[in-house]
Amino acid sequence: MDLLILVIQCFVITLAVTGGFAYLTLFERRLLARFQNRVGPNRAGPNGVLQPIADAVKLFFKEDIIPSRADKWVYLVAPAMAVIPALIIWAVIPFGCLNVNWDYAACFSASGAGLHNILQIADIDVGALYLLAVTSIGVYGITLAGWASNSKYSMLGSIRSSAQLISYELALGCAVLSVVMTYGTLNTRLIVLQQGGLWGVVPQLLGFVLFLVASTAEVVRAPFDLVEAEQEIAGGYNTEYGSMKFALFFMAEYIKLIAVSAIAVTFFFGGWRFPGLETLGRGVTELAGPVAGALVVGLVSLGAFLLKVVFFLFLSVWVRASWPRMRYDRLMTFGWKWLLPLGLLNIVYTAVVFVLVPGQATASLVLCGMGIITLALTAGLSRSARPAGIVTAAKASGD
Amino acid sequence: MDLILFIITSVIALFGAGAMLITRNAVHSALFLLLNFGAIAVLFLLLQSPFLFTIQLTVYAGAIMVLFLFVVMLLGAERVEDMPDRLAWSRPLAMALGLALLAVAGVVALRTPPVAVPDSAQAAGFGEPAELGALLFTRYLLPFEITGVILLVAVIGVVVLNQRGMKR
Repeated sequence: MDLLILVIQCFVITLAVTGGFAYLTLFERRLLARFQNRVGPNRAGPNGVLQPIADAVKLFFKEDIIPSRADKWVYLVAPAMAVIPALIIWAVIPFGCLNVNWDYAACFSASGAGLHNILQIADIDVGALYLLAVTSIGVYGITLAGWASNSKYSMLGSIRSSAQLISYELALGCAVLSVVMTYGTLNTRLIVLQQGGLWGVVPQLLGFVLFLVASTAEVVRAPFDLVEAEQEIAGGYNTEYGSMKFALFFMAEYIKLIAVSAIAVTFFFGGWRFPGLETLGRGVTELAGPVAGALVVGLVSLGAFLLKVVFFLFLSVWVRASWPRMRYDRLMTFGWKWLLPLGLLNIVYTAVVFVLVPGQATASLVLCGMGIITLALTAGLSRSARPAGIVTAAKASGD
Repeated sequence: MDLILFIITSVIALFGAGAMLITRNAVHSALFLLLNFGAIAVLFLLLQSPFLFTIQLTVYAGAIMVLFLFVVMLLGAERVEDMPDRLAWSRPLAMALGLALLAVAGVVALRTPPVAVPDSAQAAGFGEPAELGALLFTRYLLPFEITGVILLVAVIGVVVLNQRGMKR
């Protein structure tokens, strides 16, 4: 019975994130169009709601090609290796708390006694580490695709991606580590549970900023998308892929984007919690019995979680519409000389403040203040010279 | 159930290791080694140790193998094996040492009394990150510090070599 529930859970979540991916593409295209003062795809169905289906059908009927000089097996395996991490990363993320033992209160107890939450697949003790582990094997799909295609543009794209992902993984790990230090656990359910008062973004403001930047780089989104810079390397690692194999890469990228948004919500924005959820659960239980109480808490928490995720997706589209792509050397400098030291500094802050300052709330506020000061200082230090100054230098050198 | 999973996983692990030795293409070798690491990670999971499972994935599959692949791809060295060996004695020596290691491992495995795998009820608290960390900082502090120093030496070595390259 438990095994059957597990299989159904996995099935539902896979379908849900795949469907989420399809509509995220529409969401992004419509929003980008609005940002650029265009209309965007609005022909297929009302407001373009059938556009993702049309795209999928188009991709299915395209010719499936394997380049003659490609390394056939690796070429075929690469799309799968890109998609699998993007799907299995969802196993430890709690989407909400729908306790099928019909007791809403179990959702809010740290011991988790009597809790059978069907909105989280695996409640494991090393959840945060699992997320990092799966993110770290996500690089193989891109790397192998570029190598196996046997084309120089693909190869350049995949070399760029390996270097980028290895560099930004460290900053990402540091940000996650400081969250783990704040809550003293690696379990995602307990991390969410402890954000009942202050959300994680308050003690870990610096950590959140680092996570946001590093995770954007990990999912190779703009402004860190030089892995697939069309102008320079003709699309990068997926140049030689067509039809559904290309669609799989596309899918992996967007599902990873949804996944890192969900992780950001889980670690920094209270996961499925919001103020008053417990009161709501108690009220409905007294009015309409425990089954209704658990159901309402489950659905409302799921809704709150999805709303927060959509906010992060919007942010990502907004960033893509606003920022130009970074240059490769600046990307590396930014990752190694700014993000990684800041991540290490944040770990030191977290450790020192939680030992020296008594009380979780006070310590959180102190950490928040230190985060703001550090960010302001960093922004001041990293300011580059004005373009006017550079022009003068060029004139002085005589060219 | 556990036994079936164990047999399947170990067959995959052995297949990965064997195929890694036999393939001529360095990238294929790296991929088979990756398969082997993945199977070993699952074996840790079967031994009720999810912490080691994630560490195995992060460190070996996620970091070390990616660096391997990166270097092989960057140097275009995937076909170096086709060239004749410059060190003629290295292959027989490696074989002899490998066999010796296998023999030692076999002897140790045969002489150790069998240990029962803890089931999930017994294993509560076993191999948890908190317990592991506490052990590292109390009972195994000296080995832990020595490992840290060795890694530091490697880092310094990298910096020194890199600086020498920049002067030329």
